[in-house]
Amino acid sequence: MKRPEPVQVIKQRRDAALQKLVAGVPYMQFLGIQIDRRGDELTAILPFDDKLIGNPMLPALHGGVTAAFLEVMAIMELSWAMIWEDMESGRVSDDAPRIHLPKTIDFTVDYLRSGLPRDAYARARINRSGRRYASVHVEAWQDNRARLFAQATGHFLMPGRDG
Amino acid sequence: MTDPETARRALMARKFIEAIPYARVLGMDVVDIGDGRAVIGMNYDTRLVGDPETGVIHGGAVSALMDTCGGAAVMSHPAAPGGTATLDLRIDYMRPAKPGDRITATAECYHMTRSVAFVRATAVDGDPSRPVATATGAFTIEGGKR
Repeated sequence: MKRPEPVQVIKQRRDAALQKLVAGVPYMQFLGIQIDRRGDELTAILPFDDKLIGNPMLPALHGGVTAAFLEVMAIMELSWAMIWEDMESGRVSDDAPRIHLPKTIDFTVDYLRSGLPRDAYARARINRSGRRYASVHVEAWQDNRARLFAQATGHFLMPGRDG
Repeated sequence: MTDPETARRALMARKFIEAIPYARVLGMDVVDIGDGRAVIGMNYDTRLVGDPETGVIHGGAVSALMDTCGGAAVMSHPAAPGGTATLDLRIDYMRPAKPGDRITATAECYHMTRSVAFVRATAVDGDPSRPVATATGAFTIEGGKR
């Protein structure tokens, strides 16, 4: 019987794949977005920065920052699901896979309350992922997980897979 | 814009938009504003790329431009008492913006109630005949009567 892989090897492979995915998007670096992983679950983190302010009087996060944060997370979730599938089925060797990113068709942001000058978090849920199209819902919060400051739904065009 | 009140309002809105930290870091500039209509441009910047394979600007940066432009249109409306905040914004991405091209958004506040402003916007790159994205949104009216 084949011995199971050591946990460090698995973790290292997954973390490397995620790092490669995140590092490949300049706009994520520009906004300072990081991704935290627990198993296959991803949480995006947007550390607060003065440049992200949209209303200096309140102050509040710019609506465009919130929209971008949610859209980035939706694309990460879809890409990650593809990578994860490839990794789990052993279609990739030790090197992290190279994938094409899904393209946004439309994205609707629901601004529930103003974004405070604090760190923000987001998680996405893939509601439907077909061969060509996907529908994703994203939630973002700050201090309290139950008090969302924004949510969004978007449709995406999935990249053609090899073969 | 001969009416001094319209001119004053336009100047106020322009100053306000240009003082927004995030609009500044994205390099937005107000091209035209007044009477519930705003035109804002954003130059190509490699930091805003979403997919290095294509060099196309991230949708999130286009969202920020649309959102700012929508807010500016609301603020410049003759019936707007002052500030505004986005309630919801939907963006449709028609095609990828050409890498290297400046993106220009035009927003129009086409209807306004005492508490809500309705906006539509279009973004174009170097080829204005084929829009890159369109948006529709609802904005709050701050400081207005209920």
